Order: sequence, then C-alpha cells, then structure tokens
Amino acid sequence: MEVIVFSALNGLLYGLLLFMLSSGLTLIFSMMGVLNFAHASFYMIGAYLAFTLSSGIGFWPALFLAPVLVGLIGALVERYGLRRVHSHGHVAELLFTFGLAYLIEEAVKLIWGKLPVPYAVPDSLDWAIFTLFDTTYPAFRVFMMVVATLMFIGLWLLLKKTRAGLMIQAALTHPQMVGHLGHNVPLIFMLVFGIGCALAGLAGVIGGALLVTEPAMAFTLGPIVFVVVVVGGMGSLTGAFVASILIGLLQTFAIAIDASLADLFALVGIQVDPKGELTGITLAQIAPMLPFILLVLILIFRPRGLMGARES
Amino acid sequence: MMQPGFLRSLLPWLAAILLLALLPSIFPSRTAFSVMNAIGIQLVFALSYNMLLGQGGMLSFGHAVYFGLGGYGAMHAMRLIEAGSLDFPVFGLPLIGFAVGLIAGAVIGWPSCRRSGVPFAMISLGIGELVAAAGFMFVSIFGGEEGISGDRMVGVETFGLSLGPIKEVYWFIAFWAFVAALAMWAFTKTPLGRLSNAVRDNDQRAQFIGFDPQRVRYLVFIISGGFAGLAGGMSAVNYEILTPETFSALVSGAVLIMAFIGGIRTFYGPILGAALIVVMQSLLSDYTEAWQFYIGILFMVIVMFAPGGLAGLVERVRLAIQRRELAEVAPTWGLGVSAALAMTLGMIILVELVFRWREGSEPMELLGIPLSHSEILPWLLALLLLGLGSVGLRQAPKRWGRLLRGEAP
Repeated sequence: MEVIVFSALNGLLYGLLLFMLSSGLTLIFSMMGVLNFAHASFYMIGAYLAFTLSSGIGFWPALFLAPVLVGLIGALVERYGLRRVHSHGHVAELLFTFGLAYLIEEAVKLIWGKLPVPYAVPDSLDWAIFTLFDTTYPAFRVFMMVVATLMFIGLWLLLKKTRAGLMIQAALTHPQMVGHLGHNVPLIFMLVFGIGCALAGLAGVIGGALLVTEPAMAFTLGPIVFVVVVVGGMGSLTGAFVASILIGLLQTFAIAIDASLADLFALVGIQVDPKGELTGITLAQIAPMLPFILLVLILIFRPRGLMGARES
Repeated sequence: MMQPGFLRSLLPWLAAILLLALLPSIFPSRTAFSVMNAIGIQLVFALSYNMLLGQGGMLSFGHAVYFGLGGYGAMHAMRLIEAGSLDFPVFGLPLIGFAVGLIAGAVIGWPSCRRSGVPFAMISLGIGELVAAAGFMFVSIFGGEEGISGDRMVGVETFGLSLGPIKEVYWFIAFWAFVAALAMWAFTKTPLGRLSNAVRDNDQRAQFIGFDPQRVRYLVFIISGGFAGLAGGMSAVNYEILTPETFSALVSGAVLIMAFIGGIRTFYGPILGAALIVVMQSLLSDYTEAWQFYIGILFMVIVMFAPGGLAGLVERVRLAIQRRELAEVAPTWGLGVSAALAMTLGMIILVELVFRWREGSEPMELLGIPLSHSEILPWLLALLLLGLGSVGLRQAPKRWGRLLRGEAP
C-alpha cells in the first residue's frame, strides 16, 4: 500500500513536470509543424538561470525572472534563427533545433562547467508538508504540483476563453486562413514560441531544484518530452496532460514493482527460468524503454496520438 | 554503362586511389595513422547516412543502431575465428558487418519506413533509444558496460597483412573505405538510387508513375543499414573493442552532423564532413576545451546560411571557374570571406575568454599576442571583430548569399 501511494504521488509529480515541458512543445509543434529538439534545452537554461539569479536576488524573484528571460531568448531564436530556416522545410527546422540543443548544452558547459551546480530547494519551501506511513512529504513537491496545475488551468483558459487563444487555435489548424484575415501569423508564431520556451524555463526553475541541475539534464529529459507530445496528439493540451501523467505513472510504477519477466509469466501460469538472460530482466530495467516502445507503437498504429486533431 | 563521360567520372576514383596510396608516406606518424583510420570508418558511416538523408530525404536520429549492430556482428565473428570455430579471414569481417546491418535494416525498417518526414525521424529516435537501452541489458551479447573485445591478429592472412601494426590496419581501412564508397556511388547510378531521389523530391509523383514510395524507402533503408554495418565492422577490427555506447544518440547525432556539415546534396560531401570532424576532434581537443562548441556553431551556420554544406561551397567555386566569372565575383567573395574570418576570430576570442574567466586558468595567447581575461581590452577586441564581421557580411552584396546557397550569381 505504502509503495503504491508513494509511487502514485511520485508518478504524478514526474508526470506534472513532463506536462510543464510538453504543454509548450505541443503548441509549438502543432503551429509550426516542427518538433523543437531544443525544448528541453530551454528547460535547462531555466534551471541554470534560476540557480545564478537565486543566489543573487533570492528564489521567488528568480521564479518569475528566469522564465521571462528564457522566453525572451526563445523569441529571439524564433525571430532570427528558426524563421530563416522555415523556408527550407520541416527537416531543415528539425536540424536547426537539433543543432541548437547541441549548442546550448556546450554553451552551458562553457559557462557553468561540466559538473552539476548546487541548485537546491529554497529554505522557504524546505519543510515537510504531511506525513504518510511515517514518511514525510516535502512541501516543494506539493508546490510544484500546484504550479503545474495552475499552469494547466491558465493555459486552458487562455486558449479557450480569450481572443488571443482563439487566434492561436485558429492558427493551429488553418494558419493560411488566419493570415488572410489580416492577423500577423509570424508574430503569433514568435509569441507562441517565446511563451512555450518560458513555460519550459518555469519547469526548469522548479525541476532543476527538484532533480539535479547539470549539462546532461536536457539530454535525459528531451526525448521523453517528445514521446509525450506524440502520444498525446498534436496541439492537444488535454492530450499532453493525459500523456504526461500516463508516462509519469508508467515509469514510476515500473521502477517500484520489483518483478522480472519470469514473475509476470508465472502470473499467467507459464514457468520459465527466473535467472535467464531474457526472462530475468526486471520491470525496473525496462522502465526507461517503456516511453519509447509507446512512441514507436503510437507512430505506427495511431499517428494522431491519443487526442490529436490531425496527423503529425 | 559506357556513356560519354563515364570514363571521366572515374577520374576522381583514380585520384582517390593515388591519394590513399600516398597518404602513409605524407603522414607517417602513429597519430596520423589513427586519425586516418578513424576518418576511413567515419566516411563510410557518413556516406551510408547520406544515402538516407541526402538521397532519400529521410532524416534519421538512430543510425548508430546499424553501425553498432554491424560492429557487434563482426566482433562476435572475430571471437569465433579466434576460438577456431569459424574459418574466415579477419580482413573480410566488414562483410559480416554489412550482412548484419542489412538484416537489422530489413527488420527495423519494415515498421519505420511506413512513415516519412518528421514521423519517420521520431520513430528512428525512439528505436535508437530502445536499442541503446537494450545494449546495456543483454550482457552476454553486448558485454555490458565494458563491452566486448577481440584480437584482430587471428585466422588466415589476406594480402599478406597480419593486421598487427596500425600501418597494416591502414591498408585494411583504405581498402574497405574505397570499396564501400565506390559501391555507394555506383548505387546512386542504379534505377533504385534514382528512384530514391524522385521519392525525396516528390513522392506523390513517384507514385503516379507507378512506383511505391514506401517500398523504395524501405529498400534504400536496408542498403543504407548494410553500409553502416560495414563501417561498424571496420571499426570492430580497428579498435578491437565495442561497447553499448556505440548505440548512443551521441553517435547518431555525430554522423548527422558530419554528413550535414560536409554537404548532403553532393555525393562527396559526407567524406569532407567526416574528415573535417575527425580532424577537429583529434587536433582541436588538444588546444581548447570548447571544440564541441565550435562544431555546434559550424553546424548551425551551415544549417542557416549554407544548406549545401562545405561541398556546396566547393561546387559553387567550381561553377564560377567554369563560367570564367571568378575575376568578377572575387571582390565580393573576398569581402565576405574576410568578414566571416573576422567574425570567427572574434567568436573564438570571446568563447575562450569566457572559458578562462570561469576556470580562472592561464591567460591565452593567440598568434603570439597574450590576451588576458581580467583586462577589458581583449573583450573589446572580440566584440569589435564580431561587429566588424557582421557589418562586412551585411555589406557583401547578395551574391555572397547566393554563393552559400549554391545558386547562380
């Protein structure tokens, strides 16, 4: 029971972190048709900026300032980089963001060093909020859940209830028509890209303190965020939310359940060697592979994703 | 096959044979041999990658899978030869890598080639991550963290090469790099090679004239996997060790960078890219910690301003010489090149200053001039060079842009 509750909590937490990243990415992906390889790199920049800023001006100002800065960087990248390659097609855009991810990682190594930086949970949030089964649960994790949930609600309201959201939604499906109606579609693109990057930066401010702030953090999370977007479906905020939570829970539970394939076979009545090379593999070992198995299956059998409006 | 010009098109290959034969006398040091061997392996890998990206229009983020599987196949064969249970010359091991790569391409390509464009790229990424994770999981096949190693001086000798000293390995690498490159070039001339170009440019029209684009992509994918496996087999013999790291996204990313920097629109582009990146890796890493940053910058500049890569620039200069307009375009090109050089220099000074400022290490010396990160002047110099360079690049008329894009002036 204890394992289940804590796995569910941690899975939810991980899923919400994934959602904070994938919400921006799915908007960018569905508007521009380009999967931003560097999205997790903006998450990393957010974490590093928050580390530097919070040592100067404290955590709370950094929580607001770092995402704004990341958003500005993102908007500049779109204006002076991505827009230029746009005319060369989607593959060129993908290559551009791939190179950008590589470059950002190297730049971070140059500026902050190759080792992890000591970016920790701020003192104001470093206390236990409740105790479950004799184990305390840190307040910072609850804070993160609240932020992610607020973000989901805020984004949903922005998209569904405001005029700007209406335009973004229209640009998702009919970009040319929106242009013909006299709206500045490139400007919308730039704003959405900037906002998406700012959201990733916000995720970085929180995720960096929760996990570890190191140059490889983008590389470890990046591919999984892709999986979330593809599985959730293009342009679907709800899809991204569901897929994030699903993958978060899937991975956490696979790690928590200490069973091998042989044990699973035994459940359905097939007895195999529990120490064999193939059958001795535990679920925990498979856990990192699960998202990618899901990705390949979805792309082949249901390219729309779980809740996507159209094929990628 | 004996069209006019066919013999002329063989000229570069004769030149390549000459170059391969002369290289050991020009660069006789051990370091040079290890660099040349690495270039030989990477150029085959990059060419096989370009079969997908440049000729077939398929962007893959998981090409290391076929390289690694081919390498592991060759390595296991090498161990069998050592154990005496396989009678096969070590010299021929790349063929085993080729076969394993073909099979892997046929198995993995079957589901992934059903999609094209961005979904194809995503599937290749997913499969790359899957195989990379599986590499660490199956210890008896892939050897876990420390990988598996073998001994190349076993079995029968071919061409009188014992493959012991690195110089003899050079001839092995040179032979296979040449054969593989020639085979891949010949492939571009086959009907299938031509069709893959057609599918890249417009798959609907290819369909209208009666070809199944999915099938064309699948066949190209298999063959490309085979050549990647061949490169893996070469690497198994050259390094005598393989670890599951070979499957990592870093290797897949590196081959993409090599092919693209070299130029994906010409056949020889990836060869240039492989040579440049390997040389940068081995030479630059002695001088600066930031060499990967420079490779990243180079890649971005190529993506944004010169999608034809280095080979695109070479082709453009060649066109200008053919049209006898070199004198006419020389002033603008000269301005552009010097502005680009000024920007490069400014960027290098800036990056190195930032790095030394963070590390607090020795001040650097560039061309004999000491540049200290604690003084303001070097920083100003870097910014000045960057500013001058960008102004120069803006001033250099549009022709410069056309040169980079490989268009007529």
